[in-house]
Amino acid sequence: MTMAFETLTDALRPSYWGTLPLDAWIQSAVRDWLVPTLRPFFRALQWPIARVLDGLQGLLLAVPFAVIVALAVAAAWRWGGRGVALFTLVSLVLLDWIGIWRETMVTLAMIVTAVVFCIVVGIPLGIAAARSDRTAALIRPVLDVMQTIPSFVYLVPIVMLFGVGMVPAVIATIIFALPPLVRLTDLGIRQVQGELVEAGHAFGSTRRQILWEIQLPLALRTIMTGVNQTLMLALSMAVIGALIGAGGLGLTVYTGLGRLDIGYAGIGGLGIVLMAIILDRVTQALGNADPAARRRSPSRRRKDAAAEPLSQA
Amino acid sequence: MHGAPAARSAGDGPGARRIEVRGLSKTFGAGSAEALALARAGATKAEILERTGAVLAVNDVSFSVDAGEIFVVMGLSGSGKSTLVRCLNRLQEPTQGAIEIDGEDIVAASQERLRALRLEKITMVFQHFALLPHRTVAENVEYGLKMRGLAKPERRARALKTLAGVGLADWADRYPSDLSGGMQQRVGLARALALDPEILLMDEPFSALDPLIRRDMQAELVELQRHYRTTIIFITHDLNEALTLGSRVAVMKDGRFAQVGRPADIVLDPADDYVAAFTRDIDRGRVLPLRAAIRQPADAAAIAALMAEGAEAVDGGRLLHEVFATVGASRPVVVLDAAGRPEGVVRAADVTAALCGAPQRERA
Repeated sequence: MTMAFETLTDALRPSYWGTLPLDAWIQSAVRDWLVPTLRPFFRALQWPIARVLDGLQGLLLAVPFAVIVALAVAAAWRWGGRGVALFTLVSLVLLDWIGIWRETMVTLAMIVTAVVFCIVVGIPLGIAAARSDRTAALIRPVLDVMQTIPSFVYLVPIVMLFGVGMVPAVIATIIFALPPLVRLTDLGIRQVQGELVEAGHAFGSTRRQILWEIQLPLALRTIMTGVNQTLMLALSMAVIGALIGAGGLGLTVYTGLGRLDIGYAGIGGLGIVLMAIILDRVTQALGNADPAARRRSPSRRRKDAAAEPLSQA
Repeated sequence: MHGAPAARSAGDGPGARRIEVRGLSKTFGAGSAEALALARAGATKAEILERTGAVLAVNDVSFSVDAGEIFVVMGLSGSGKSTLVRCLNRLQEPTQGAIEIDGEDIVAASQERLRALRLEKITMVFQHFALLPHRTVAENVEYGLKMRGLAKPERRARALKTLAGVGLADWADRYPSDLSGGMQQRVGLARALALDPEILLMDEPFSALDPLIRRDMQAELVELQRHYRTTIIFITHDLNEALTLGSRVAVMKDGRFAQVGRPADIVLDPADDYVAAFTRDIDRGRVLPLRAAIRQPADAAAIAALMAEGAEAVDGGRLLHEVFATVGASRPVVVLDAAGRPEGVVRAADVTAALCGAPQRERA
């Protein structure tokens, strides 16, 4: 009786009748169709990324240590203030002292390249999504997929399409880091007060003029938050990128793990953390530096109001 | 009703017809054709929403506005007044009906033509000012001029001139957030006036302001209008404001005009209970002309006798609050019609009666 029941419940499971060979289908779809068909296209895609990456890496490695430190500290001071500048100085000196300056510059080149391409692709996509609900409905599920698929899953097709090395790692980083920028650009533009956009129309502006004169300046703060988020995500891909041949701090960590050399992995991790803190502070400050954002802050308004009574005029 | 000229004499006689709106309707949501058919059959806004899912914002509205008029549309929130005014420059697309401005069909205008109209002829002032926070006051005022393609020095000069006109010349290089609400709305007004528009659409421009500032702004608007001779469509939810400013006032309810008329007509002869309910607590002294206080028909002999005693003669078109001091004295005054002929006599008690809303002579 019980055996008959078990047979019956087993028979209700599809695996009783055989396994759907989905893995084989994906395998053959990617290997036999996607890769051979699209390889020239993807190889062409690779070209601009390789140019920017090589140029940037060459530059960062050629410029003397002192110059880079001076520039970084100046930028940190300009946008982030004295505290951030001091932190930047100490961190960069430490990174050279523990012997990972070269790795830091390689990782920096990789991150900056990825972020530059994220900006070039992501901001226009975000604008397109903000201007048309239909476009947004098309883009959003793609972003959802990009954000939920574990990055390990797309490392395999990326290797098949692009091979191994720095450029494929940058491409994986772009895929991983792009979504927040698109979403926040979309959000920032949609959040601009409806009456302001209406005023733009009422004063005879074209859609393009409304975008440049009203929407983008007012969305800038949110967009900068998106850039900051993209930057942080890109840094978090440094180690995963090392799995498919990226160098830099990620490789230090990866090698350390492979050899169970905790010290070596530790300094690589420290480098990534210090870089993340510096980049985060400076880009956040940059986002708050735009005049519209500062103007909107209530503390400043109170200060001005106190300085000069509003009753005149 | 008295066959008299408008309470607030526009000073330029009957102007040319500027805006003509016929049978304008606007629905939001799907099923607009069905909604309009139901509306023609007499269904209410709520019934239409329930049966079709469409919101009938404006329902078969017709009116015309002459050059130099201040035409006020008064209604509560949700009455469709903001949608109506946005149809005039097509920030909202009308669902049905005709809009003509200086004889030109606005509904059929192309996007290009529409932009030109907005740049050259019709501008707008918004309830919450709609100033760009990242631009200085002067740059905000320059906005329309920039859209017209004027060079920077030229538009800056014009913006400064317009700002001086609204008393904000010293604030040109500040940001809007440095200004109080009343000042921000003056910037909004200056932005519109800088274009020297023929038609000004004002969507509840003073509703967000404090009462005292609102009254100053109303007085300033009347002054500016006298100076620029702009035709104004003014939206408000405040009947006092409507009656103080309007050459003519339309009371709007559920997308329709409940009544259109001169301020005195609305107060003395409300079309229905809805309008009457509004007029109950308005400031009659600022709306009614002196002649509305006449309770007895003119008797030529009595008037001659009063004149011989040295009674003052006052233009019947002046508002009660303006002439209160004169009439408040113990002697009666002689009221003159538009042509300067005596048309009646008003005593202090008559003024009090008119201010309290006592029955007037026609309905006594």
